[in-house]
Amino acid sequence: MSGGSIVMFIFNIFAALIIAILGIIVGLFYKGIDRKLAAMLQSRVGPPIRQPFLDFFKLMIKENIVPENAVPWVFNGAPVLALVSTITILLYIPFGPIPALLGNSGDLILIAYLLAIPAVALVSGGFSSGSTYASIGAQREMVLMMSYELPLVTTIIVLGWRLNLAYPGLKVFSLAALSANPIWGLIGPLGFFGALLLLFTLVIVTPAELSIVPFDIPEAETELAGGVLVEYSGRNLALFELANAVKMIVMGALTIALFFPYNIAHLFSITGFFACIINILFFFFKLFVVIFFEATFIRVALARLKIDQASTAYLIILSAASLMGLLLVAIDYLM
Amino acid sequence: MSVSTYKIPIGPIHPSLAEPMTFNFEISGERIQSVDLAPGDNHRGIEFMGRNRNVVQIIYLAERICGICSASHPFAFCRAVENAAGIEVPPRAEYIRVIISELERIHSHILWAGIAAEELGFNSVLYLSWKVREEVLDLLEMLTGNRINYGMFMIGGVRRDILAEQVPKIRETLQYYKDAYQTLEDVFLKDPSIALRTKNVGIMTYEDALHLASVGPTARASGVKKDVRQDQPYSAYADMDIKAITPDIYSGEVNGDVYDRIIVRILEVFQSVQIIEYCINNLPEGEILSEPKIVKLLGTLKKAKGEGVGRHEAPRGEVIHYIKLNESENPEVWKARAPTYNNLMSWLPMLQMQEIADIPIVIASIDPCIGCMDRVTLVDPGSNKKQVLTREELVKLSIEKTRRMVR
Repeated sequence: MSGGSIVMFIFNIFAALIIAILGIIVGLFYKGIDRKLAAMLQSRVGPPIRQPFLDFFKLMIKENIVPENAVPWVFNGAPVLALVSTITILLYIPFGPIPALLGNSGDLILIAYLLAIPAVALVSGGFSSGSTYASIGAQREMVLMMSYELPLVTTIIVLGWRLNLAYPGLKVFSLAALSANPIWGLIGPLGFFGALLLLFTLVIVTPAELSIVPFDIPEAETELAGGVLVEYSGRNLALFELANAVKMIVMGALTIALFFPYNIAHLFSITGFFACIINILFFFFKLFVVIFFEATFIRVALARLKIDQASTAYLIILSAASLMGLLLVAIDYLM
Repeated sequence: MSVSTYKIPIGPIHPSLAEPMTFNFEISGERIQSVDLAPGDNHRGIEFMGRNRNVVQIIYLAERICGICSASHPFAFCRAVENAAGIEVPPRAEYIRVIISELERIHSHILWAGIAAEELGFNSVLYLSWKVREEVLDLLEMLTGNRINYGMFMIGGVRRDILAEQVPKIRETLQYYKDAYQTLEDVFLKDPSIALRTKNVGIMTYEDALHLASVGPTARASGVKKDVRQDQPYSAYADMDIKAITPDIYSGEVNGDVYDRIIVRILEVFQSVQIIEYCINNLPEGEILSEPKIVKLLGTLKKAKGEGVGRHEAPRGEVIHYIKLNESENPEVWKARAPTYNNLMSWLPMLQMQEIADIPIVIASIDPCIGCMDRVTLVDPGSNKKQVLTREELVKLSIEKTRRMVR
């Protein structure tokens, strides 16, 4: 290994650590905003924005109970796996003007796989906790996961495919390429509606990824008393909460990278360092808007669905929507 | 093909239950195969406590049988005592009693609506409906001094009068609820996501409702036109023409599902508004108590002998109080039968072949009040174990007791 690559290696490790910590802090902060906004929409006062941080610290000092008939290594490993895999995604997603740390070594396909891992961790954690409620929750999580993967993957494939048609030879699934050439610029009016359908698909898949109402069926407080998480407490629960908060950022940033990768600094003809600052601020604003529509608004406006209804919604209705999007984009290209 | 099932217990403590009660479910996949109810965690022996107190003191206890029906139980109890001792209630008191009971119905039904929404995971609607409910609680506080336990009822009348300067505030609140009807209808009856979760869920047929002797909104949602206020008008209800509300008034059909129970309760809120309006407009002048001196009243009751039954249409259905006075300080028997006791068995046909996700809303749909309902718990003091008596054992015990009494 040459000296330069060692320096690069150490730099990457430090950068990854900083991204992980920033991701967690920003995630908890947005979670606080989400809770405050939801409270305002429900005409409540709501908790202070720092509440998720307080919750996290509280959970960290609480006792961490492992049930007697749990499988300890799976039970304790699941939350770590969930958090680590979610933070790993952060390393592959560009944040506004800042390119992704590992942008060259991973692409959208990898992200699609990594997105499935927290859900798998939840399922294994649920099954290993040895509770009926958790088992039912885990079964539901599996069903839900299988239902939303198809529309999610269809969306990703269409975006890559369309980019490939426009610029053959580009690494089409790399987020950098996708962000540099947003879908809206590649397509005509018919394709525009197709892309809108794809965006809609991604927005509806997000609540299931984050397991919030109406797709919080695996946790379903009033039915399963917390479902997959029912036996989790203390540190393990705190890690799951962290993973969830980070995942919110991931889903928001993914939506932005795929559909709204625009910056505003050049509009004011600002360059250099200030342009970077403004673009970062603009990115956080976009993140706020996207999370509001993907999480807060949806969970305030709907009742929880049943697992069969949710499965139908994803497998049939949403898959149809995303395939329709594919069709429209394809027709738009052929015309 | 045999279906492999697994058991899940819901309760005695569970987020979807406000009170302790156990349901043992046999489940196959996500479908309920059978359910066994195991109440008995919330028996407080109130009737026994009542037998050690005088009749006026029991009103205080009766009010605390249930936090929500805190006008219905004393209403039925006072009517039972008045029936036993032959006490006439002045007309003004009858009207005030009805006003308080109907205000209670408004608050109970809207409270239920909020809880039902929460069971569906629809927290926004929970907050909205409880915000709407605050107005009636404020009014009750102004009229009675309390938001929940009103302390209005007394043998032979009521304890507080409704003053002329309070009437405008009552009218204002009634107007508020007339305006709120549109909101509640939009939120509960026209919302697609609530319809998705409540239509064709927890169905109880007309026949089942009759066989299981369901009462109140639970029975009416299955099309049984049953309402004490209509069938045996009493108190100020006799002056009005009250019709039992069934879901076909709104939707033109009776399905007996959870959605129909929502319809019945939402419509009843506005029936109550009309009843209160009538009472306010036709409030007779006069006394509010047949005997204002409690000592003298107690003296009369101490000399009384006889049995009395008081019935009242509580928000959850018919509540019956039975009392036996036997020329003594304390009543010989006091028996309260809350509506949930009748509606308990309605859960069995409702929960059959439903999904796990339907359990909370179906359980909530009869608006259960376990505290009212729980009859008895048999506990073995040695091992501290609970015991369940079968029908045969109960019959045997009854025969033994009858023989002892005959001897």
